[in-house]
Amino acid sequence: MVGTLIRAVAFIVIGVGGAAFFFYAGNYVTEHFMPQQAGDRLRPYIFILPALFVVTVYLLYPLLDTFRRSFYADRFEDGARPFVGIDNYRDSLFGDGIPPVAWVLFAALIVIAIVMGMTSRMEALDRRRNSYRTWLFVALGVVILAVYILQVLEVEITSGSPAWSAIWNNVLWLVVVPSGSVAIGLLVAVLADRLNPKAESLAKSMIFMPMAISFVGASVVWTLVYDISTTGNQVGLLNGIVRAFGADPIPWLEREAINDFALMVIMIWLQAGFAMVLLSAAIKSVPEDTLEAARIDGANEFQIFWRVVVPQIRSTIVVVLTTILILVLKVFDIVRVLTNGRDDTQVVANLFFTQFENGAYGTAGVLVMVLVVATIPFMVINIKRFREQEATR
Amino acid sequence: MSSAPNPVQTPPEEPSGTTTGQTRKGGFMSGIFGTKAPGEDRGAGWFTRIALFVVVLIWLIPTIGLVITSLRGPLEANSSGWWTVFTGNGGLTLNNYIEVLQAESGGSTLVESFVNSLVVAIPATLIPILIAAFAAYAFSWMDFPGREFFFILFVALLVVPLQVAFIPIIQLQGSVDSFVNDVLPFDFAINGSFLAIWLAHAGFGMPLAVYLLRNFIGSLPREVIESAKVDGAGHFATFWRLIIPLSVPALAAFAIFQFLWTWNDFLVALIMLDRTSNGQVATTYLAGLIGSFGEQRHLLTAGAFVTMTVPLLVFFSLQRYFVRGLTAGSVKG
Repeated sequence: MVGTLIRAVAFIVIGVGGAAFFFYAGNYVTEHFMPQQAGDRLRPYIFILPALFVVTVYLLYPLLDTFRRSFYADRFEDGARPFVGIDNYRDSLFGDGIPPVAWVLFAALIVIAIVMGMTSRMEALDRRRNSYRTWLFVALGVVILAVYILQVLEVEITSGSPAWSAIWNNVLWLVVVPSGSVAIGLLVAVLADRLNPKAESLAKSMIFMPMAISFVGASVVWTLVYDISTTGNQVGLLNGIVRAFGADPIPWLEREAINDFALMVIMIWLQAGFAMVLLSAAIKSVPEDTLEAARIDGANEFQIFWRVVVPQIRSTIVVVLTTILILVLKVFDIVRVLTNGRDDTQVVANLFFTQFENGAYGTAGVLVMVLVVATIPFMVINIKRFREQEATR
Repeated sequence: MSSAPNPVQTPPEEPSGTTTGQTRKGGFMSGIFGTKAPGEDRGAGWFTRIALFVVVLIWLIPTIGLVITSLRGPLEANSSGWWTVFTGNGGLTLNNYIEVLQAESGGSTLVESFVNSLVVAIPATLIPILIAAFAAYAFSWMDFPGREFFFILFVALLVVPLQVAFIPIIQLQGSVDSFVNDVLPFDFAINGSFLAIWLAHAGFGMPLAVYLLRNFIGSLPREVIESAKVDGAGHFATFWRLIIPLSVPALAAFAIFQFLWTWNDFLVALIMLDRTSNGQVATTYLAGLIGSFGEQRHLLTAGAFVTMTVPLLVFFSLQRYFVRGLTAGSVKG
C-alpha cells in the first residue's frame, strides 16, 4: 500500500513535471534554436500536441478500430478472427427479422429528420419553428408511450432480439430521464428562486448533492428504497409504504412493466441537480424589464413563466437536455449493479459489456457502433453551435 | 422602479434587494425570481414552500435511509425498515463501521481500496488539466493553420461513447508491452497498470477539459494578453504568469469535475485496471460488497457511506467553483 502511494506521488511528479518539461523544452527550442518565423509557426502545435495525442490514442483511433473490428467474426479460425463483412450487423440486429419496434424507430427518425430539416430553414425568430419542433417531440413521446403500452400488454415488439430489446430500453431511458431531470430541475430552480438566499442555497445543495455520489453508491442507496421481502417486515421504504396501506408488496426491480422506470428514477435523482444549476443561472439572467412588462400587461405568474421566461431560456434547456441525453445513452453502472439486464432491463452499454466479457469482439463492436451512430446528430449540433458562437465572438 | 408612468400605486419596496429595470447579475446562490404582483406578499407563498419542501425531502430520504441503516445493529437493519428507529426499534451504533473497515472484498480491504481510488483519481485529475490548459491557450490566443479543424475535432469527440476505446486500447497496450519486453531487458506491462488507467482517464476527460478551458481562457480580455506581449513576454511566460492565475476558477471547476468522475468511475476501473495485482478501487470494492454482503445491509450501507465521504467532502467544500465552472462553460451571458 505504501508502495502504491509512493508510485502515485512519483507519477504525479513525473507526469506533471514531464508534461511541463515537454512544453518548456518545446518552447525553448522554438525560441532559441530556430529562426523566429519558423519557431512562431511551430509553437502552437507543441502546445496542442499532448492533448491531441491522448484524444487520438484513446478516442479517435479506437473509434476507427472498433468500426473495423465490427466486420470481423467473434470466433477464431487459424488463430485469427476471419473477416465476415456485415454479417455481425445482420446477425445481431436482424437475425430474427426486422422487429416491429425497429420499424417504429426508423419511421420516427425519418419524421424527425424531415421536420428538423424543414424548420431549420425558417427564420430563427419565426414562432412556428419552435412550436413545430415542440409538437414533434410531444408526438414522438406519445408514440413511444403507445409502444410501451403495447409491450406491457405483452405484444411482442422486439421479436425476442436481445439487441433490439436493449435499444428499445435505451430509447425509453432517453425519453424519460432527460425530460424528468429537466422538469425537476426547472421546478426547483423556479421555486427556490423565490426563497431568501440562505434557504435557496440550502435547498439547491440538497438537490445537487447526489451528483457527488457514484452510480454504484447510488445503487446501494436505492436498494433500501426498492427492497422486497416475501416474509416478515419490509426493509425497503416503498414496500413499507405499500404494506402500511395493506396492499401486497411490489417487486419493483423484477416486474417488467415498472422495473425500467425504477432504475430511471435513480438516474433522475442523480442528474436533476445538474439541470437545476444551469437552468437556475439562465433564469437569473432573464432581464427584469421583460417580466415587468408582462406584469404591467396583466399576465399572471404562470403566464409569465411559460410565455416570458421559458422562451428566453430555451437554448439552455436544449443544452441541458442534450448533455443528459448523451450521458443516458451510455448508461451502464446502475443497470449493471442492480439488475444486470435481468427481467427485460437490458441496455446497449451493458449488453456490450457482456459481449465484451465473452470475447465476442465483433458483436460488441456492432453494439458500440449503434451508440456511435446515435451520437452523430449531437456531434453535428455541437459543431454547429460552436461555429455560431465563433461567428459572434 | 423604472421611470415609466404607473397609474397604479407602486407597492412599497421590500428590503430584499431586488433590482428592477436591469439584468440581475446575482450569483448562483442569490437573487429572487421576479417581483410579486401588487397586493401579494413578497417572498415565497405557502405553495412554493410546501412544494419545495416535498421535493427536497424526496431527494434526501434515500440518503437518510442509507445513513440510518449503517448505524443500526445487524438484526434490526436486516429485519425491519430503517424508519422504525423513529418509533423506538433499536438504538444506533458505530460497530458496523468498525467491522466494515476490516472486511475484504475482491482481495482488498476498504482502506486499501480507498487508497487505490486516490492513487487513480489524483494523477488522473492533475495531468489532463496541465495538458488541456496549454491546448486551450493555443486555441484561444495563437493563430495557426488548422486551428479550427483541430478544435472541431475536440468538440466532435465530446460525445463519443468511451465504450469504443476498451477493445482497441487493451490490444494496443498488449502490443506495446510485448514490443517493449522484446527490446528492453526488463519486465514491463502497461495493461492493467495504474499508468493505463491514468492515461485512459486523461484521454476520456480531455475533450471536455479543452472545451471548458477554452471557453474560459478565450473570454479573458484581449487587452490583458496584448499588454503582456508589449512588455516582451513570450507565449510561454504569458501562459504561466498570466493565464494560469487568471483561470483558477475554470481550472478548479474542471478539477472537481474530473476528480468526482474518476473517483466515482466503475466501468474504466473494471476494464483497465488489473485488480488482482493492484487491488480494488472504492467503486469495485463496493460492487463486490453488494455481491457478497447483499443480505448484510448494515455492513453494505456503512461501506457505501465511507466511499461517499471523499466526493461529498470535495463537492461541498468546493461547490461554488464547480457551479461557476459549469455555468461559465454552457450558459452564455
